[in-house]
Amino acid sequence: MEHGNAEDGGLDVVVTTLASDSHTWNLVFLQLLLEEMGHRVTNLGACVPDALLLAECRRIVPDLIVISSVNGHGHQEGLRVIPALRACPELRRTPTVIGGKLGIAGADDPDRERTLLSAGFDAVFEEGGSVAPFREFVDGLRSRVLL
Amino acid sequence: MTGFGAFVAQAADAGALVVQPRMGMAEAARMRDGLLATRGAAAVTVGTITLDSYTRTGDLDAARRALALGAGLNGYPIATHPVDVTRAVLHGVADAGFPVQVRHGSAAPERIFEALLAAGLDATEGGPVSYCLPYGRTPLHEAVACWRRSCELLASIREFGAEPHLETFGGCMMGQLCPPSLLIAISVLEALFFRQHGLRSISLSYAQQTNARQDEEALAALGRIADELLADVDRHLVVYAYMGVYPRSPGGARLLLEDAARLAVRGGAARLIVKTTAEAHRIPTVAENVRALEAAAAAATAERTRPRPAAPPDTGIEAEARALIGAVLDLDADLGRALVRAFAAGYLDVPYCLHPDNAGRTRSSLGPDGRLYWSAVGSMPIAGLVEGGRPPILGSAGLLSALSHVQRRYDGRAPRPAAAPPVPRGLPAAR
Ligand code: B12
Repeated sequence: MEHGNAEDGGLDVVVTTLASDSHTWNLVFLQLLLEEMGHRVTNLGACVPDALLLAECRRIVPDLIVISSVNGHGHQEGLRVIPALRACPELRRTPTVIGGKLGIAGADDPDRERTLLSAGFDAVFEEGGSVAPFREFVDGLRSRVLL
Repeated sequence: MTGFGAFVAQAADAGALVVQPRMGMAEAARMRDGLLATRGAAAVTVGTITLDSYTRTGDLDAARRALALGAGLNGYPIATHPVDVTRAVLHGVADAGFPVQVRHGSAAPERIFEALLAAGLDATEGGPVSYCLPYGRTPLHEAVACWRRSCELLASIREFGAEPHLETFGGCMMGQLCPPSLLIAISVLEALFFRQHGLRSISLSYAQQTNARQDEEALAALGRIADELLADVDRHLVVYAYMGVYPRSPGGARLLLEDAARLAVRGGAARLIVKTTAEAHRIPTVAENVRALEAAAAAATAERTRPRPAAPPDTGIEAEARALIGAVLDLDADLGRALVRAFAAGYLDVPYCLHPDNAGRTRSSLGPDGRLYWSAVGSMPIAGLVEGGRPPILGSAGLLSALSHVQRRYDGRAPRPAAAPPVPRGLPAAR
């Protein structure tokens, strides 16, 4: 499937958080990281309502959607938005990942990753140690898109 | 006078620092337990009900669904629990000897103010700028209108003999990497906004930053400016223990909290809001909060017995803050309109803030001494006061390094437990 404008090797990436989450340092960090890796980022900013998230993703048709949430509601809200994203024909197979601090009781909840994956996310990156595997995931996508 | 402000004033007269948690749980019974434990802590305390993010953003349906499902919320949904439930939470706990404040983070707080007044409370916090720019995407002019109405609602109970209290959150823009002069300016401007809309008992916040001497200078400046511009209202200063990326180790977290308590004492603050050893990881438990309150109170008491250190040298924080405040006050006699115009013109411009109404042309940097500096002042009217040439924070690795400066320093100083020292993971370096 052809997404965005990946011919020059860069991906079109949407970086976003979820409706209830106002934290943005995570978004600023992820944007810089992805730009340094050669990708083009649209950063949707704080407290992104579901309707805005869907509209922006349908408009941009990105190669990758990166959802970051740290306020502890990310698990609940991620489960709410992923079916809505997958219900859009143009986003049905768009690689979509979620990461951050997704619950309110710490990072070690193995069920959380499983439910998020089975709800339709392609990968889950919880907490601080998640940046290196995220880079590998994104590098993998780039080579897939280039093929 | 009774109420939150009077309680803090009495404690200050008696020589005690009031300590307060950040605490909020979804279930009423646990919220009550938390308040009881706060009241029972070995410290002079006031209680806190911190609200969840759905309530903060006005999504009361989501709050109701989460409550019904027993899904974890990051705070107490005060506009969703029936008012009787909240009254029962407070019954026999909150009184003149233990005032309780509602902490939220809402740009449009009318429902929250209504709910807290209905439950018999009259102390809360925030502000039209500090609860707008770092807390979502509500346009600033809307937040100003909402906050005007909310202030008027809160102030209206003065008619019945109450003295409602409102604290500025302006001393904590974005939690980190905002130089002190802008924090002071926004805190003072929000206090003036509160007064313009009828409040007469106000506290002004300042969040601990990255260098103790710089923070002492900032607090002294905030106190002087408040004494001058808010002489006719009951007021005190409140320090927030560090609001940025927190140490991961319990020892590091505790050292940072103790430094915040010392800062509060030295800087003339009457109240301190603590952070716990869970801060870097998850929502804290009640027990973690009680330990933080007691540790902070002990550190404050010890600091009071020490000789007062010499006043910090003047590095220009006060002059910058006064220039910012003066420029905004000159824009319009109506504080709300002045604030909207100030942000539109870039006279106030918060570094790293993504909000559409923030100009986004300022940048800060962290000196080798751990002090915060401006590296770009955009259109703020302080260009002549700021020494130039500070290198900006660059790239994702540079940003993480600046954000985790305090975490690294305090985790590094933390005593290691004898057996199996935990390796503080820290923010990962972007490789
Ligand atoms: C700064 C801060 C704030 C600032 C935010 C300003 C802003 N606009 O950004 C302010 C003061 C406004 C704030 C407010 C709140 N906060 Co806050 N905040 C923090 C704090 C102290 C630092 C966060 C930070 O800046 N990190 C720097 C960035 C770069 O790191 P990061 O966000 O952790 O992201 C890293 C990783 O997680 C990872 N990552 C993140 N997302 C993703 C996504 C992917 C795909 C990948 C690969 C990696 C990844 O990459 C980053 C680099 O390593 C943390 C605690 C801490 N960490 O010390 C609490 C914290 C995140 N806040 C918290 C909460 C709950 C809130 C509030 C809801 C208030 C409350 N109830 O206590 C409100 C938010 C209101 C809302 N509507 O959501 C909780 C969350 C609890 C939980 N998840 O269990 C924390 C953990 C504090 C705590 N222990 O209670 N906060």
